[in-house]
Amino acid sequence: MSAPRKQHEKLLSRGLQFSFLLGLLLVWYLATARWGVSRILLPAPATVWRELDDVLRSGEFLPHLRVTLIELASAFAIACTFGLGSGYLISRTRYAMAVFEPLLASIYSVPMILLLPLYVLFFGLGSGSKIALGATVSFFPIVLSTIAGFGSVERIFVTSARSMGASNAQMFRYVLLPAALPVVVTGLRMGFTIALLAILGSETIASFAGLGHKIAQLAEAMETARMFAYIAFAVAIVAILNIITTALERRVKLQ
Amino acid sequence: MKENSQRDAVVWRMLIGRVGVARLAAVVAALLFWEVAARYRVDPQFLSPPSRIVLAMPSLFETPGVPAALWTAFWEFGVAFVIAVAIGLPVGLAIGLSRLSRQSFMPIVLLLYGMPQIVILPLLVLWLGIGPLSKITFGASHGVFPISIAVVAGVQNIQPILMVAAQSMGARRWQIFRWVIFPHMIPSFFAGMRLGMAGVLLGVLLAELYVSAAGIGYFTLMFTQSFDPSRLLGLIAVLAVMAIALNVALRRAELHFARWRTD
Repeated sequence: MSAPRKQHEKLLSRGLQFSFLLGLLLVWYLATARWGVSRILLPAPATVWRELDDVLRSGEFLPHLRVTLIELASAFAIACTFGLGSGYLISRTRYAMAVFEPLLASIYSVPMILLLPLYVLFFGLGSGSKIALGATVSFFPIVLSTIAGFGSVERIFVTSARSMGASNAQMFRYVLLPAALPVVVTGLRMGFTIALLAILGSETIASFAGLGHKIAQLAEAMETARMFAYIAFAVAIVAILNIITTALERRVKLQ
Repeated sequence: MKENSQRDAVVWRMLIGRVGVARLAAVVAALLFWEVAARYRVDPQFLSPPSRIVLAMPSLFETPGVPAALWTAFWEFGVAFVIAVAIGLPVGLAIGLSRLSRQSFMPIVLLLYGMPQIVILPLLVLWLGIGPLSKITFGASHGVFPISIAVVAGVQNIQPILMVAAQSMGARRWQIFRWVIFPHMIPSFFAGMRLGMAGVLLGVLLAELYVSAAGIGYFTLMFTQSFDPSRLLGLIAVLAVMAIALNVALRRAELHFARWRTD
């Protein structure tokens, strides 16, 4: 294909994307302004924009955001400790890998959100149950990718390093770690993302605080415009965290 | 005597040597640990041993409303999955089959898929009520994206030479679709269906748990508040078994339909 035609196609597809999003916004506007959709069910775009502006300016979101982020950090720290630790231990022998890897993978296929009622019973409605759920969900991708990463290091690297007289520490630092890191880092990113989703979800379902709680609370109070503002805010937070983690992942992989 | 112990050692090594046996042993050990811990160490208001959960199963199913709630969740899942496939497949084909639409709409689909859908759950319940409609919609919206993305990937991976060959042999558009595109799409379509199924299940369960006025969310709340871990864990176990069974069934189907491939 010739270069100008490619250029042309690219422009066309940008135009299509833009008009699609614009069309969505237009439908939203027309639905509220012309077609008489109830304001309680669907607030006007301008109203949502004002509410969002107010939420951001007043700093009202700060306590909720802080709760969510602290829960996320604790859950991820716990998942990393157990996931990396047990994953590394399992990856040390072929036998342990054959025994535990399929077991962990099949547990992973069960929707972990089912544990939420149990964790609420154990740890109450506060942050504890959210951290527990986030840690559980995020444990699995981390442990599985750690097993995959450290378990699939080429034998020849290990053997040649040994025959050149590498100590255990050197082996870990210069052979195992660099070989495993790309896979492990992907698992860490996935674990982080789904921990965030699990925490937002459990906050929405049953909690006292956090972004998810705020959205559910506004829905119950029928303050739809403000709820839309908070939804947009939460989506933006998730997007920002995703961008940061993806960038970190790419950086580690490039090294 | 010595011979005996030697033979025991050999038998022992053979048993442990079998990976499947060792895996089973690990599961049994975990269950035993749970049983002992729950029986003697943990407050029975919070945790039940597995034996008591199994014994409580009949009383779980005799609790008025529980079988109906499970059945409702199951058909909500079924309907949501059918809807997810019915939307995801054509959307995936429409996006995947032309370069222009792939370039234009794939970023939008990926953008939407990256959004945390859980934040719109309260909004959906506000719009559609606490009945099956909101749960089906939320489940289907979780399934559509992985399915259509997998279909796009499957369509995209067809080697151009196959298309050219079919065309030069005079195949019509639908013939190309039926005999070239469709068989090549099957493996990734099934992979997408499995991801989509996990998504639909997650969506339906999230919505069921969120709506605590009725259904599974009501019973989990009730068992939690009345400190009845036997029935709570029983309910969770039934749902988990359902999830595992669905996963296995779809994996079987996937193997069955992908078997024409030799590579």
